[in-house]
Parts: sequence; C-alpha cells; structure tokens
Amino acid sequence: MADDTMEEGSNGGGVIKKFMFVNRKAPYGTVYALESLEVVLIAAAFEQDVSLAFIDDGVYEIVKGQDTKSTEMKNFSPAYRALEGYDIEKLYVEKESMETRGLTEKDFVVPVQILSAKEMADLMESQDVVLSF
Amino acid sequence: MKLAVLVNEGPYTHQASDTAYQFTKAALEKGHEIFRVFFYNDGVNNGTRLMVPPSDDRNIQKRWTELAEKHKLDLVVCIAAAQRRGLLDDSEAKRHGKDASNIAPGFRISGLGQLVEAGIQADRLVVFGD
Repeated sequence: MADDTMEEGSNGGGVIKKFMFVNRKAPYGTVYALESLEVVLIAAAFEQDVSLAFIDDGVYEIVKGQDTKSTEMKNFSPAYRALEGYDIEKLYVEKESMETRGLTEKDFVVPVQILSAKEMADLMESQDVVLSF
Repeated sequence: MKLAVLVNEGPYTHQASDTAYQFTKAALEKGHEIFRVFFYNDGVNNGTRLMVPPSDDRNIQKRWTELAEKHKLDLVVCIAAAQRRGLLDDSEAKRHGKDASNIAPGFRISGLGQLVEAGIQADRLVVFGD
C-alpha cells in the first residue's frame, strides 16, 4: 500500500512482540481504518506477532460488498484478504459489536474469530503493544 | 522506564495532541526515557513550522521543538501520512516538485517502520488519539 513499506530493516535484534491493532471506526468516514492497515503491513514486515481486533463500527471495515465509486475513495477492503500472505491470520471480531449491527460471520471478506467483549479484553491484556485506531 | 509515544491527532482540533505533549514532558521530568515520539494520522500536522496561532494561545509546534531541543527527543513524522497532508521536508519537496517545505526544526520525516521499532524497543508504547 504505502510506498515506504520496506525501507527500514531493523526488527530490534530479532525481538518478536505481540502487536494488536484495534480497529474501531467505519472504513471511509475517517482515515483511521486505512492508516491502521498501513501500520499492520509494516508490523508484519518486521515479523511481529500481529493480530487485528474489530470492535464498534470497526466491524464495518471487513464487511463484504463495499462500493466506494460514488465517493471517489479507494476501496481498500480487498487488502484485508491479502493479509494472509503476510502471515496475519489472527483476526478477531467482537461479538456484541457485530450483533448490534445486524451482522454475522458470513458478512465478512475474511475468516475471523468471534470473541465476546470479555474474551477480547483478556486477549488485549495478553498483548505487548496495543495500537488503537 | 523506556517509553514511546504515538500522537494520532492534529493540533488545536483535538486535545490528544496537547495531552501527548504534557505526558511526554512529565515523563521526562520524572526521569523516564522517551525512545521516540511518532506522529501519525492528523498528528503529523503538529510538525508544521507554518502554524501561526493567536499570540495569547500556546504554540503547539514550538512547544514540541523546544522540548526536543532540551531533551534531544526523536520526533518522527510518518512519511505517508505527511505526504497526504502536505507536510514535507526539503528533500521530499524537491522529489515531488513542490516549491516549499514546511517541517519544523526538531522533527524528521521517516517511515512507519520507526513506529513499529518504537513498539519493539520501548517498555510501553503510549497512544494518544481519538
């Protein structure tokens, strides 16, 4: 995505930390979703243990059938499907956020694990670095 | 403790930018090390030398620049986020054929790898955002 993706090589001398990216915003109303995804890809390039959490309106980021033509914005939802190629396979959706919005697991462009708010909190607790967007 | 700070919001619009500064200053005064302050999203706008706030208000850019000078802070602005928003240093301005650069003293432009590295190297990465 970003043209500066691979410019720095240091991964801190082989240290691998658990990075969680918490995505809380709808995909196009603000730039947070897109710019979060850009950091995710860099963290993967640094060979970190990356996971993504989708909560609140963040669950809309991975909903199928996004069409941005009329807004002249770039539809970046296909990029979530490419995450597997970066060995990013830990994608979590908060159950309460999903259900409140009338969504089910079948509505997402990628396979995800559904967690309760409590389970999500425990997972966050186990991380080294939590970046919230 | 070795801390890293992420600033995700722009100056004057959002308190996150003020709080990040106050936190960084307080941490330094308490004797903590600040490994790096990284500016992302609209946070990159904290680093423009062209801001001219009213004289009875704080100057957010100057505050960062002075803190950086005093404590040899590493203030890094994300290149991709900066380019979108029109924040350039001399070499980026030249590279993109622009007639001016606007990055403030004490700030430097670099890649997102610097943020990930800060997350790896610091004991805590503290995020200031919306």
